[in-house]
Amino acid sequence: MENLNLFIRSIFVDNMIFAYFLGMCSFLAVSKNVKTAFGLGVAVTFMLVISLPINYLLETYVLRAGALAWLGPEYSDIDLSFLSLIMFISVIASMTQLVEMAVEKYSPSLYSSLGIFLPLIAVNCAILGGSLFMQQREFGSILTAVCAGGGWGIGWLLAIVAIAAIRERLATYSNIPKPLRGIGITFILTALMGIAFMSFLGIKI
Amino acid sequence: MAEKINNKSVLLNPFSKNNPVIVQVLGICSVLAVTAKLEPAIVMGISVIAVLAFSNVIISLIRNTIPTNIRIIVQLVVVAGLVVIVDQLLKAYTYDVSKQLSVFIGLIITNCILMGRLEAFAMANKPWPSFLDGVGNGIGYATILVIVAFFRELLGSGTLLGYQVVPDSFYAHGYVNNGLMILPPMALIVVACIIWIHRIFNKDLQE
Repeated sequence: MENLNLFIRSIFVDNMIFAYFLGMCSFLAVSKNVKTAFGLGVAVTFMLVISLPINYLLETYVLRAGALAWLGPEYSDIDLSFLSLIMFISVIASMTQLVEMAVEKYSPSLYSSLGIFLPLIAVNCAILGGSLFMQQREFGSILTAVCAGGGWGIGWLLAIVAIAAIRERLATYSNIPKPLRGIGITFILTALMGIAFMSFLGIKI
Repeated sequence: MAEKINNKSVLLNPFSKNNPVIVQVLGICSVLAVTAKLEPAIVMGISVIAVLAFSNVIISLIRNTIPTNIRIIVQLVVVAGLVVIVDQLLKAYTYDVSKQLSVFIGLIITNCILMGRLEAFAMANKPWPSFLDGVGNGIGYATILVIVAFFRELLGSGTLLGYQVVPDSFYAHGYVNNGLMILPPMALIVVACIIWIHRIFNKDLQE
């Protein structure tokens, strides 16, 4: 129940795009049409679900203060948390590389639709942000990490597909002031959607 | 390097013509998240300038020895190392600000400006121009950060750097702080206005 609640909250209340503005760069660059936006969204969700549990295990058994106690009592006062940034980003970068190779080998059709986005994801702030939030909020179990990762990923997917759909229509049906076209109006749209998403604040199941 | 790179234009272009935030649209995440108050925005700007300049130099020094296949991981590790140093320094000397910035210092690693500059410039240029490029882009980024934070703090809480600037007599006559400005979505609108004004004067950037 706790985890389900967290999952729903991660999608709507703690939405990566509208509440924290993480992963904005690719969000703005790749939201010109719905199909590619969906591809990127799926890739991000996938990486969040994979990288969050791995980083959770790293955090719990290696990095946290006293986490190395399982090696023996003399290790119990070691605090490696200053290494967490480097560890997290290495995990994410190597996981993207691994996933890219695995997808290329086992599912060429998925690779051709997802392929170009996978390297982009290593530097997507939403993925690293997920791991850092996980560290900051001290999640209780690995299942919690999976649920939060899935929720954040789906929230991100939802946001990018929605904005891509609006931008597709916008290109044909509206007359925007010239200097505002393209990036400018996308910013304003995102802001309005962010305000709308605030109405989900305080949701509980 | 066949053509000589003009150091001055490398340093100055990112201020306006080629600004990383409003023209190249990179590194938006942190612009929006840390600009509710002026002080964290300034600290963030300085951190990014430092990390960007030094990572550019380091990557530029080792650019001929990096295998192309794993260059992204190498770049990320260099950047992450520098960010850890900045993070520890901030925790040591400005603990309050570091608390406010929370995860966003860590997120400098994935700030697209860094990867963008490393890929586009430092991988192909000598250390000194790379350093200037890093400083220039960092300052271009910090400028936008400070402008956005200035308006958000002024209109949102009536203060600048924590000091009250809107006089009490205004409040007495019914002036109210705009609470909406504190909320993150308003940063997007402020940036959109900056882009709008910037493109009115730079017609070649219009779409």
